[in-house]
Amino acid sequence: MDSYKLQVHNISKSFPGVLALDDISLKVRSGSVLVLCGENGAGKSTLMKIINGVYQPDRGEILIDGKKVLIRNPIQARALGISMIFQELNYIPEMTVEESLFCGRLPMKLGHVDWKTVRRKTLELLEQEKLPYTPAMKMKDLSVSDIQMLEILKAISNEASILIMDEPTSAITQREVERLFQKIAELKARGTSIIYISHKMDEIFRIADDIAILRDGRVVETRPRAELDIDQVIALMVGRKIENNFPKRPIPIGAEALRVQRLDQPGVFKDISFSACSGEIVGFAGLMGAGRTEVMRALFGLDPHASGAIRIGGKDVVIRTVKDSITAKLAMMSEDRRRYGLVPVRSISENVTLSSLKRFIFHGRLHKAKETQVVGDICRRLNVKSPSLGTVVEALSGGNQQKVVLAKWMLNEPDVLIMDEPTRGIDVGAKYEIYKLMGDLAAEGKALVIVSSELPELIGMCDRIYVMCKGEIAGELAREEFTQEAIMRLATGLEKMTREAS
Amino acid sequence: MSRIGKASGAWSEMTRSYSIYLVLIALLVISSIINPNFFSGANISNVTRQVSVTTILAFGETILIICGLLDLSSGSVLALSGLLSVASYKVTGSMPLAFAVAIGVAMLCNLVSAVMVTRWAAPSFIATLAMQEMARGGALLFSKGQNIYQIGDYVKVGQGSLGFMPIPLIFLIGLFAMTWYILKHTRFGRSLYAIGGNQEAAKASGIDVNRTKIMAFMVNGLLVGIAGVLFMSRVNAGLPNGAINYEFQGLTSSIIGGTSFSGGVGTAGGTVVGAFIVGFLNNIMNLANINSYMQQIARGAIIALAVIYDIWTKNRRTKSLVRSVAK
Repeated sequence: MDSYKLQVHNISKSFPGVLALDDISLKVRSGSVLVLCGENGAGKSTLMKIINGVYQPDRGEILIDGKKVLIRNPIQARALGISMIFQELNYIPEMTVEESLFCGRLPMKLGHVDWKTVRRKTLELLEQEKLPYTPAMKMKDLSVSDIQMLEILKAISNEASILIMDEPTSAITQREVERLFQKIAELKARGTSIIYISHKMDEIFRIADDIAILRDGRVVETRPRAELDIDQVIALMVGRKIENNFPKRPIPIGAEALRVQRLDQPGVFKDISFSACSGEIVGFAGLMGAGRTEVMRALFGLDPHASGAIRIGGKDVVIRTVKDSITAKLAMMSEDRRRYGLVPVRSISENVTLSSLKRFIFHGRLHKAKETQVVGDICRRLNVKSPSLGTVVEALSGGNQQKVVLAKWMLNEPDVLIMDEPTRGIDVGAKYEIYKLMGDLAAEGKALVIVSSELPELIGMCDRIYVMCKGEIAGELAREEFTQEAIMRLATGLEKMTREAS
Repeated sequence: MSRIGKASGAWSEMTRSYSIYLVLIALLVISSIINPNFFSGANISNVTRQVSVTTILAFGETILIICGLLDLSSGSVLALSGLLSVASYKVTGSMPLAFAVAIGVAMLCNLVSAVMVTRWAAPSFIATLAMQEMARGGALLFSKGQNIYQIGDYVKVGQGSLGFMPIPLIFLIGLFAMTWYILKHTRFGRSLYAIGGNQEAAKASGIDVNRTKIMAFMVNGLLVGIAGVLFMSRVNAGLPNGAINYEFQGLTSSIIGGTSFSGGVGTAGGTVVGAFIVGFLNNIMNLANINSYMQQIARGAIIALAVIYDIWTKNRRTKSLVRSVAK
């Protein structure tokens, strides 16, 4: 009963006009993992920011080891043994590993930085955690998961006894996820309490000791993992029952809409040939670094390709720029919406019409009324939640941002739509809506090409899947052949090896 | 379930964009109390003539800053284009030609900067710093460092009036209308905001980034050229050393007017108000006999305040929006 490391009692927090947290209580034992799940906007981040001292609660208290504490800022939180790993990694590309590890708490000696101690401690930590980096490596040369590992290392070196992780797997590969989970297990064994925020059901059920579900600023349920199943968690999160995770509809497959032949870019991908028909959803699976995104970017005109032929709607097209793609009725939603999809400081309207503004220009003048009407229609259709169409998109949740990007491309009325990681970093409810929209678009006769690292998503939604491995297409699977194993065999190159051996 | 409608987001946007107008009104009220002569026709007309040149430069800066660029050369290019314009007028006596020369020279200089920025990926800061030196050097070389006097009727543009309207004010209104129209009602304007807000996303949405940047510099060139004629005409001479540091006055006006240096945010209306705040402030400080060194310190402090205010409201606005949306 008293072994709770961290207790949160009856915390409420309101912002002008909004009750963000409503009487929240949570408990975490030493050496256990509490998974916190809930849709975007449920209040998870606000709660974590309160625990980390970024916000102050209006009511309620926080207890650590049974003692009441006041956490006024993140520095105090750190002193109390609380470390937080944010969803979006913040790092300085030019910093070295050791600088980054000790950033903000460099040991000093006689008024200057004691680099010798820094080096020694860094080596010790790297050794202890068996990480293959050298202290002088630059952050920019590390992969996302390496940086994530370093963040964890930082937390450990801080002797954090409470570690908060906000969707740590949203940008790392399956193998790296395994490494992370292994690390979490080790930390647990050392007695660290972990609060893990995630949307991903498979993860939640693998690592959780307890699961707490937040909805609309309230804890709707906290139970040990064993007492919950996936359907229950999803139902609790969205507050309604989702009967089918993947609303796949039978849609008649029409004429060939896209054919790519022998697309080649030396050193990046080679001999890429594939097709997609009207009404068809075609998936692209593969491990990270297999070249899927690179192929799509080249196809769309964002990156160059050396050779190859592209046919869209039965016509040969040459694509050198995004403009060529738009003319050819090809559209692409990028995997990184913040970087390639949105202009954060501008309004929903401006973002939605960004690629189709020509439609709204009459005699050189922008027709605002028509723009507002068209944007309003499509946002209602996609169920974009926002106070107004003039709201800047940086204020929207991930799911709504993704819908804005989708709306932008839908206004171009493309015949072929490429979606690269369409559901990354968005909550279950919004994911379901995106899946439904995929079905709607296919039913309208569009050809969809989906690149995804989430196999269940591809298996659930696609008619055919191409699997890429090391810059080449390793194989093609029809819907009846879909299994995670079959895809992984191709993606890891296992299939090819066995075929060549026989 | 959709909750689209006019609501709080638009409201906070409004209070933000109107607060700058309130500052201007407050300034006018305080000024008229400090000095009753402030609202005299002569004084207002005088301020307008002074402010016109820097406001027109500020329009150019606003367009460029919105697109993630800036121009450090506008004072020098103004001097070079104005000087050549005066010289051509002395030879031919043709005012249309004088305008054409000024605009042509300024656009050419801006084209060079634009090519450095688009073709060779030079930061606009560096490219226009280089242009600042080159244009000033060009002006001094052309005139051998001497001012050009006896410029005849050239003076009428800057010092004349059409009815009760000072001619520079007419230009100011016309160019304001142009800038406002570009930013608000054209595809080019939308492209500027998109590129400044997120260049990669703009590119991935099919916007021709380089073409837009070149066009932004060209419009800036047009504005600087016209400002060149107005300036030389108002001072009634061709001054190769004129308008030094005017680019900073333009930048100051633009920033006080709410243009964000991070790009993607700014309006024509804000810029005019920003420029008039600076202009009236200078004027009232002069009328109140405030020491010119003090004036300089005051101007610096105002820039700092404007930027702090901008960042503060932006944070507050974003947070409140995030909250209202999260709900």
